[in-house]
Amino acid sequence: MQTPIPLFHFLIVAAALFSIGLAVAVTKRSVIGILIGLELMLNAVNLNLIAFSRYDPVLLRGQLFALFVIVVAAAEVTVALALVLRVYHHYGSIDPDEMNQLKH
Amino acid sequence: MELAVFYFFAFLALGSAVFILLTKNLMYAAFALFLSLVGVAGLFVLSGADFLAITQLMVYVGGILVLIIFGIMLTRTPDKTDDSQSANRILLNSRRRFWGLTLSISLFLVLIATITQATFRLSGMPIKSRSTIKTLGVELMTSHLLPFEIAGILLLVALIGAAYLALNRSPS
Repeated sequence: MQTPIPLFHFLIVAAALFSIGLAVAVTKRSVIGILIGLELMLNAVNLNLIAFSRYDPVLLRGQLFALFVIVVAAAEVTVALALVLRVYHHYGSIDPDEMNQLKH
Repeated sequence: MELAVFYFFAFLALGSAVFILLTKNLMYAAFALFLSLVGVAGLFVLSGADFLAITQLMVYVGGILVLIIFGIMLTRTPDKTDDSQSANRILLNSRRRFWGLTLSISLFLVLIATITQATFRLSGMPIKSRSTIKTLGVELMTSHLLPFEIAGILLLVALIGAAYLALNRSPS
């Protein structure tokens, strides 16, 4: 039996991935760029959950939680892209800084 | 050997994420997101979650990434030139670089400080079994049945809501 990879490594990678995702979500000038950053952050959280779930082999609660996170992420992206299409139809651009009306 | 594979997938995930941060072309960012998701799926396999790695590939690469590329193609700003030989790049400037980098680097330092100071009390032993599918299936159908049904209803609501929202309601 080989020695497992320490938990510390997974946590460092997940922290770095979350920080990069946050930087992407803040700096991109497009709603779709922000969505890509959000996906990176959700993946970092899933990586944490699964890394801890390795030490819970009977119930695997972390993996079950990660499964639900994936489902919610899929639903979120679907609705967000429908909204992006409506916003593009109305404003002619998807830069979030140019959306300055609540009602047309 | 296992550690080398871990470093390879971690480098794949983090390097593609940094490329997403630095690139100006939104289409390249979407393809780099694919590489990053594959890297994360490899890390899932290395921590014993085989079913979730396959789910990650199917849902993210097969669903979400295709949706994002459709979104990019349907909403790009037409900046094409008359020269038919040049590619129509979807360029995108970044903004608030200073605040974005400051925020993310400070968050990273806080997380690193927290992780290095924490002492986790791990109750169980690491996973030894070959596959997690049986445990996941039994748990989903017994103790997590209500969240499972709610997730199904959420997906149905998202499907109908997205189709209704994306409908072209303008009379023209």
